[in-house]
Amino acid sequence: MIEVTLQHYLVLSSLIFTIGLFGIFLNRKNLIIILMSLELILLSANINFVAFSTHFNLILGQVYSMFILTVAAAEVAIGLAILVVFFRSKGSIGVDDASSMKG
Amino acid sequence: MTVLSLFFYLFASVSLTSSVLVVVSRNPVHSVLFLILTFFNCAALFVLMGAEFLAMLLLVVYIGAIAVLFLFVVMMLNIDFATLRKGMSKNAPIGVLVGLVLFIEIVVSILGMNFEELPNSFSEAQITYNEIENTRALGMVLYTQYAYLFQCAGLILLVAMIGAIVLTHRKRDTVRRQSVIKQVLRSRDQSIDIKKVEIGKGTSK
Repeated sequence: MIEVTLQHYLVLSSLIFTIGLFGIFLNRKNLIIILMSLELILLSANINFVAFSTHFNLILGQVYSMFILTVAAAEVAIGLAILVVFFRSKGSIGVDDASSMKG
Repeated sequence: MTVLSLFFYLFASVSLTSSVLVVVSRNPVHSVLFLILTFFNCAALFVLMGAEFLAMLLLVVYIGAIAVLFLFVVMMLNIDFATLRKGMSKNAPIGVLVGLVLFIEIVVSILGMNFEELPNSFSEAQITYNEIENTRALGMVLYTQYAYLFQCAGLILLVAMIGAIVLTHRKRDTVRRQSVIKQVLRSRDQSIDIKKVEIGKGTSK
């Protein structure tokens, strides 16, 4: 086996990104799994940022990665709150049930 | 082959396997637990790369707060997951196709690029931190150069907190709550009634 390089981390992060995207396609009706897939996608972005940051010896990428963590945390909190409210009013979390605004 | 690459392949394979299991597992509680495993292994990868502070942040913030929040919501809501899983196999081929095309495109573009030297636009932003530890290097730019962005991050979290509270808060008629304004604005006449009580008779009319 060969030494671990930047490309290894990039391929790993693109694999995790693809899995997250696949999860959105696969669990099209389940909002919770869609939120988890979004978390996977954000995690792959973080891996990319940190890999480039340590490869170029540049701290900037890790600062950005921290902001991504912040935004992801806010997104999950709001998303789960909306999910709870949605479940209270509809009694389910299916994406297909969110059709009240449909004309 | 060094110990470093051995650990890389270990953590990478475990995180890939568990992230696949997040997506395909039948029980959402298992999905959340596999998500925690994925984050844990990615934190280990961050340590391997040399970003120790972010690894600890991932452990504390993600596994300690967000994943537990997921677990809490999944367990609190009484959701019928069996009906939500209908039509999953119908969507799978499209997902595989789109994912595969995207992955191949990304890998081709990664392999075609030259990552040996830094682009010129970054040359003035270069901060070498070989001599000092990772946390100190992060703090040195975060509280000086990116202080406003840091404050903005705090503001985003505050807005998210208020938003989540406002969304999930509901008024219940069955619960009697303390009203401070009513208590403070109560006058003496409303609450005290002085009566002359004659001997041998009660106060009741």
